[in-house]
Amino acid sequence: MIRDNPVQYVGVDRIDEPLIYLSGVRDVGYDETVQVADQQGSYRPGTVLEVGRNRAVVQVLGGTTGLSTSQTRVRFEGAPFSVRVTEDMLGRAFDGLGRPIDGGPSPIGGEERAVSGVPINPAARAYPTDFIHTGVSIIDGSNSLIRGQKLPIFSGNGLPHQQLTAQIVRQATIAEAESFAVVLAGMGIKNDEADYFRHSFEDAGALGKVALFLSPADAPSVERILTPQVALTLAEYLAFERDMHVLVLLTDMTNYCDALREISSARDEIPARKGYPGHLYSDLAAIYERAGRIKGAEGSITQIPILTMPSDDISHPVPDLTGYITEGQIVSERGLFLKGIYPPIDALGSLSRLMKDGVGKGFTRDDHIAVSNQLYAAYSRVEDVRGLASVIGEDELSPADRQFLEFGDAFERQYLAQGENENRTIEQTLDTAWKVISILPRSELVRLNDQMLDQHYSRQEQD
Amino acid sequence: MNEIDRQEGAVIRVNGPIIHAEGMGHVGAFEVVKVGADGLIGEVLKLAGDVATIQVYEYTGGLKPGDVVKATGSALAVTLAPGLLGNIFDGLQRPLRVLAERDDAFLQVGAQAEPLDPDRLWRFEPTVKPGEELHEGQPFAVVKESPIIDHRLMAPPGMSGTVSEIKPAGEYTISQTLCALDTPQGKRQLTMVQRWPVRRPRPKAGRKTSNEVLVTGQRVIDTLFPVSKGGVACLPGDFGTGKTVLQQQLAKWSDADIIVYVGCGERGNEMADVLRTFPELEDPRTGRALMERTILVANTSNMPVAAREVSIYTGITLAEYYRDMGYAVALMADSTSRWAEALREASSRLEEMPAEQGYPAYLSARLAQFYERAGLVRTLGGAEGSLSVIGAVSPPGGDFSEPVTQHTMRFTRCLWALERSLAHARHYPAVSWTDSYSQYLSDVAPWWESHDPDWLSQRGEIVDLLSEERNLQEIVKLVGPDVLPDAQRLTLLVADLFKTGFLQQDATDPVDTFCVPGKQVKLLRAFVMFYRRASAIIQRGAPISRVREMDVTQRLRRAKMLEEKELDNLLAELEARMDKLEQQYT
Ligand SMILES: Nc1ncnc2c1ncn2[C@@H]1O[C@H](COP(=O)(O)OP(=O)(O)OP(=O)(O)O)[C@@H](O)[C@H]1O
Ligand SMILES: [Mg+2]
Repeated sequence: MIRDNPVQYVGVDRIDEPLIYLSGVRDVGYDETVQVADQQGSYRPGTVLEVGRNRAVVQVLGGTTGLSTSQTRVRFEGAPFSVRVTEDMLGRAFDGLGRPIDGGPSPIGGEERAVSGVPINPAARAYPTDFIHTGVSIIDGSNSLIRGQKLPIFSGNGLPHQQLTAQIVRQATIAEAESFAVVLAGMGIKNDEADYFRHSFEDAGALGKVALFLSPADAPSVERILTPQVALTLAEYLAFERDMHVLVLLTDMTNYCDALREISSARDEIPARKGYPGHLYSDLAAIYERAGRIKGAEGSITQIPILTMPSDDISHPVPDLTGYITEGQIVSERGLFLKGIYPPIDALGSLSRLMKDGVGKGFTRDDHIAVSNQLYAAYSRVEDVRGLASVIGEDELSPADRQFLEFGDAFERQYLAQGENENRTIEQTLDTAWKVISILPRSELVRLNDQMLDQHYSRQEQD
Repeated sequence: MNEIDRQEGAVIRVNGPIIHAEGMGHVGAFEVVKVGADGLIGEVLKLAGDVATIQVYEYTGGLKPGDVVKATGSALAVTLAPGLLGNIFDGLQRPLRVLAERDDAFLQVGAQAEPLDPDRLWRFEPTVKPGEELHEGQPFAVVKESPIIDHRLMAPPGMSGTVSEIKPAGEYTISQTLCALDTPQGKRQLTMVQRWPVRRPRPKAGRKTSNEVLVTGQRVIDTLFPVSKGGVACLPGDFGTGKTVLQQQLAKWSDADIIVYVGCGERGNEMADVLRTFPELEDPRTGRALMERTILVANTSNMPVAAREVSIYTGITLAEYYRDMGYAVALMADSTSRWAEALREASSRLEEMPAEQGYPAYLSARLAQFYERAGLVRTLGGAEGSLSVIGAVSPPGGDFSEPVTQHTMRFTRCLWALERSLAHARHYPAVSWTDSYSQYLSDVAPWWESHDPDWLSQRGEIVDLLSEERNLQEIVKLVGPDVLPDAQRLTLLVADLFKTGFLQQDATDPVDTFCVPGKQVKLLRAFVMFYRRASAIIQRGAPISRVREMDVTQRLRRAKMLEEKELDNLLAELEARMDKLEQQYT
């Protein structure tokens, strides 16, 4: 190894995608940035994963394709990986590491920030309580999104999570004030997906408020591990320095986790489940916990991570660990999709944990929580009745059970299902909830008190 | 080599939070070291020759081979003194509110601050006089830490002697010398502060069996699966099934004197929620704000993972300290799985041979040691204090056969298993009545029987009813309920009533968020009485519809919303209505 200048070295010992191993290096710090140049002299960034006496292990974010052991140049920058963030980045598109891909100039002004971020002091957090209108009943009515929340969408291959996400963004943009911005991080995103989002923001007239960070499916997978950090670094700047309400979309977190798995296995780490590293929980938490509000700041970061559940399996480590960190989840279900229901959301498996403090009296409507709980309780019974009906036949069901079947269908077709461009007010959502719950006799509605029933229950008594 | 050099080593390798340093022949295992220019706190895990393996409790970005490592000569310890209550600390006992005010909303690497306010004056009242004997663990003074909690200043473990001087009553800071002791080892000076290494249990004089219930105000726990003061409970559940809400409910309403709540590797907003609500909530027993009896230890999931591993020990040491004063203390750890994962992460970086699912072989020993620190004890000072521990477990994929759940169940005597299907149906708390158990039942039955002599048999009847209902549901799934005989349909009806009218308890409901024992026994009595009488009536030939149609069944469903006194009227009315119905079938 030849020492070229104080911080640049030529030649590496070993290349093992996406890692390179160097020896003979001095003064290298853990987690600092490096620039790695191939024969042609074009640089790709990397970060230091481990340092020892005179040696270092570096992950190359552009991948190691084309690097040679003898000709590779490595320059140590002496600082963690950082990006420049400014308000002007809204309306622009960048690659997964924050470099412009829209032909525009590199951002100037603003601030240079390390992308790894710094944990928010829990004592400095402001608890989120502001309801975000999305116009989608199953979200607004049953799994409300709150400013500063992290609420993922669990999807499956071929399910319309993009449409749903785009609908949420479009409709929330209309409702939110002007200090609203969207930051999208696309990890392993396909070109048509990226175009879909772009067009949908354009249609909503919101493109000028959107910053895109795209690490396309054909880019080296290791690049993806920094994309969420880069995007969130901008989001933090906009939210906490520029007082904006920032909605961050992270898609697809499964691709992010798979990139981490690749690096982990290249380093021969002992895997936890399904080959994913034992530190996946902490890695994901470092991303998801960057959502929130802080005391004394106007802005907020709301996250909607999107992930595909491999084989629709919710117990797969990626959805599982995500669910353990986020504040609820919106779960897609293939059965509903096949029935032609949009959005195909599994109501029982979905949850918004911050809903209880952001809806109801003074926020949306007094009856909100109660009617939502009642819907859940009744709909969970529908599953049982459907099971029974499939065994003994619908005709053999008791009249009470038949009412539950009828309720279940109405719930799915009227309350859950809605148009991709249908923007329901919270009143419309709650009134629909009452309409479908009123299919059941009043005596079954044990989660609702008499006062609410008197006011909203509208069943035509048959006999 | 001079004195200074002997104290310093140098980094030779950095791998995330695990570093190796040479020149460390002089340090001891588990000694605290300060690493690099920022003086990052680390702990020596292993020693081989003069090379130490060190776990660093902060982000190690920028650390380099050659960076200096300084020994401190002491083990990782916490500061024990007035001012702990109402406070929030990180896993290393850094005061998070102080940092939030001094720095900004973000936690800076290497931030340092005194755990407790060094300038604050506390009202000190001596309880000993010069010439008196003071044994280890005995109080020499009292400080009013809050209007309801007397902070007893005790002679530290291992220190006994004769009081030679004691300051008069007055206002002092925590670090002023207040008492001097002549001990066999010489003169010792006492302040309000004790330091104690977190990984070492604080000593006690002996253990006792506890017959007192830790009243949590949660019916499914107190009535079906009670835990005693000094008991340990394991609370496993898939994500979103209600572990945190239940832990917070226990922190709010259980009748312990002191609560230590450890947020270990969980969400920042959950801590913000406690900080937001506890100061406003009133302790029903004392009328004071709940925050005044609460200590929070927060090492959220995005804070350094190594410090997460310590946070559990920091929390339990604070808890033991108040136990030693003679208080009933309850500690909630949410979630012990994140602690176990921190252990796994360190172990993997240490290249240790893993046992199950990558966890180190010593996982079960560590869990056992942790839960051993709970119990009802006779303190060194001769008082009685208890430490109850409730550990949440987050099994991957909701699979309870995984190592952390399994090992935890071995060392805890009470299981509150959360069931996903109940949570999905918004039946909260989603505590499974078939999978949960409490081995404290016989210990605490006499306590309950002092409220209601029939308590144990009534509880038994309900448990039988619930398990019979599960079996019947299997049949119902196949053939529907209509073919069952009326007696069994009554079982289904009463079980359904009991689930909504007793087991379900909405944490957000202002009335039902907690339920006093007196109300619990009356509700239980009402359901059992209804079941017994209705069974008898059906046996005499009444159809189930006659029972179902009675409007008292609906009142029973909502009886949990009534005041304790009103339940007597309901009981009387129930009896009267059943009498009337019974007469029609004689
Ligand atoms: N006793 C209860 N009363 C009312 N709602 C509850 C209760 N328990 C749970 N919930 C609801 O369930 C949601 C999830 O509960 P919680 O956050 O306690 O889950 P958890 O088991 O701690 O999940 P995780 O492992 O992901 O942290 C809550 O936000 C609340 O909406
Ligand atoms: Mg939780």
